[in-house]
Amino acid sequence: MTTLFDRVWDAHVVKQLADGVALLYVDLHLVHEVTSPQAFAGLRREGRRVRRPERTLATVDHNVPTGDRSLPIADSVAAVQVDTLGTNAQDFGVELFGLTSPGQGIVHVIGPELGATQPGMVIVCGDSHTSTHGAFGAFALGIGTSEVEHVLATQCIVLAKPKNLEARITGSRAPGVSAKDLILALIGKIGTAGAAGHVIEYTGDAIRALSMEERMTVCNMSIEAGARAGMIAPDDVTFAYLHGRPRAPTGAAWTAALSRWRTLRSDPSARYDAQVQLDASKVGPQVTWGTTPGMVADIGGRVPDPAKLPETEREAAVRALEYMGLAPGMPLEGLPIDRVFLGSCTNARIEDLRAAANMVRGRHVASRVRALVVPGSQRVKAQAEQEGLDRVFREAGFEWRNAGCSMCLGMNADVLGAGERCAATSNRNFEGRQGRGGRTHLMSPVMAAAAAIEGRLVDVRAW
Amino acid sequence: MVTPFVRHRGKVVALPRANVDTDQIVPKQFLKGIERTGFAQSLFYDWRANPDFELNRPDAQGATILVTGPNFGCGSSREHAVWALAQYGFRAIIAPSFADIFTANCYRNGVLPVRLPAAEVDILMRNAARGNYELVVDLAELRVADDRDFSTAFTADAYGRELLLRGLDEIGRTLLEEPSIAAYERSHS
Repeated sequence: MTTLFDRVWDAHVVKQLADGVALLYVDLHLVHEVTSPQAFAGLRREGRRVRRPERTLATVDHNVPTGDRSLPIADSVAAVQVDTLGTNAQDFGVELFGLTSPGQGIVHVIGPELGATQPGMVIVCGDSHTSTHGAFGAFALGIGTSEVEHVLATQCIVLAKPKNLEARITGSRAPGVSAKDLILALIGKIGTAGAAGHVIEYTGDAIRALSMEERMTVCNMSIEAGARAGMIAPDDVTFAYLHGRPRAPTGAAWTAALSRWRTLRSDPSARYDAQVQLDASKVGPQVTWGTTPGMVADIGGRVPDPAKLPETEREAAVRALEYMGLAPGMPLEGLPIDRVFLGSCTNARIEDLRAAANMVRGRHVASRVRALVVPGSQRVKAQAEQEGLDRVFREAGFEWRNAGCSMCLGMNADVLGAGERCAATSNRNFEGRQGRGGRTHLMSPVMAAAAAIEGRLVDVRAW
Repeated sequence: MVTPFVRHRGKVVALPRANVDTDQIVPKQFLKGIERTGFAQSLFYDWRANPDFELNRPDAQGATILVTGPNFGCGSSREHAVWALAQYGFRAIIAPSFADIFTANCYRNGVLPVRLPAAEVDILMRNAARGNYELVVDLAELRVADDRDFSTAFTADAYGRELLLRGLDEIGRTLLEEPSIAAYERSHS
């Protein structure tokens, strides 16, 4: 009767505070420069300490420049924020992967690559894409800065238990269809608030067939469906990924962990509060046309006519089309683009870079397009360079950068100009997200890579 | 320390849009600071550049209650969004639904998120559009009412309600659970 989420929740209840509300123990707290300074300041003001520094990991990712790391940060306000995390980490005894560390990277990329992210954990971070870590069968959720302070001080979080939604994804993906397409199609189906108040458990053979990195892409965007978290039960794919990573258990501890992790699954008779199904074989490459990730269509589709949408969606669609500079009925394929962003916690891991490099090898970015590759972490970057992918991208006319969130949210210098249209592998196409007036189309790494070469949106299945 | 919220009477402004995300509430260029203050000017920064934006209208000045569309506060976890709303002057937000992280952030900053059925939100939006419309939002009584004929009950998350009603220091409260936390750690080490 028990679900994966129930098991992880139950194992972390320190105390039941009220009906449905529990004090929950946090195994791993990830910290970055943007949402933590006010939390550390609060601790200092109250004379509190970080209760479990060894369960806390910090890095700088959101506002950092992705250019030359030997130069000082040009943005003085951002520099103070980065320095503040350095001071806080030192004062409170928290491990930090700073700007010049080979371990620096997007917080949701480095947790898994270190093996710090493990099945059955409760993981929090002051960042909504913390849902990424659920790919390992962890309950991982984004929190606000007040909660960050609470976790630093108590190693616990107070939560009302979310409901459980099963997203069963079955069938085989067609060539050219990525994990990104599955999650975009799911969000298109259930809407950006479709999983609000729920933890999504992704099940089905199409999920089992995904690599660990592809599972992270799926879980990463759970928040774009409004979910509190996304989870996938761990299996041999998970264990093979973790084995030998720096923070993964070793020896007898590994054996013990494995037998514990193998119990982390939903009972066959488990009951979910809600269920949704998706047939992966019917999903084509997806492209967003609007200003929420739910405004999405198959690349072979057309920009919808707001007049033909349900009344509740009409006004938002009109606004979105106006912002995006699109007209009803326009085909998505062939839409000219100005910029390409290959990066973010959704799609900047080594498999993403390999897939994109395969598309651009021996070709060149269209003359009017400026294209950027921002690896998810410095370790991903080093791995890619070892494989010669940096050369492939550079020779094709891409800029090859250092790790960070970069143009996913444009907190550093990597931003879109007003009216610029971008093919992006990131997770949000909100108004102004990548720069004021910038127009974002979300898609998979192979779709973005092909768009860079052609200077317009293309269907990779026919490319 | 959370600013307590028990009962608030204030002017209403309507923002009839769905899925207002936290990137709109506070654009990223305002997230680089290390303080909790100074966010009033950054609220809806890009939208406020438009003179016709709802909050720029003369009769919206001094509004403390925002009535808006479903899934308000979706997207980024940035608590700066709630700081900006609170520092601009908003004490309560009424919508058919809210994003989960945003809701949690509201409870910890003295801002009350009130969920009402879409049909009731529509009535409030129509009333607000006529200008100088006031509501009383009562968290103790769990009721929203105007001076005329609108009055309705709402439900609130029990824990969030307690945080707001009493203006609780949540960390101080949890630290009182130290024996339970220590016992949990002993049994899981």
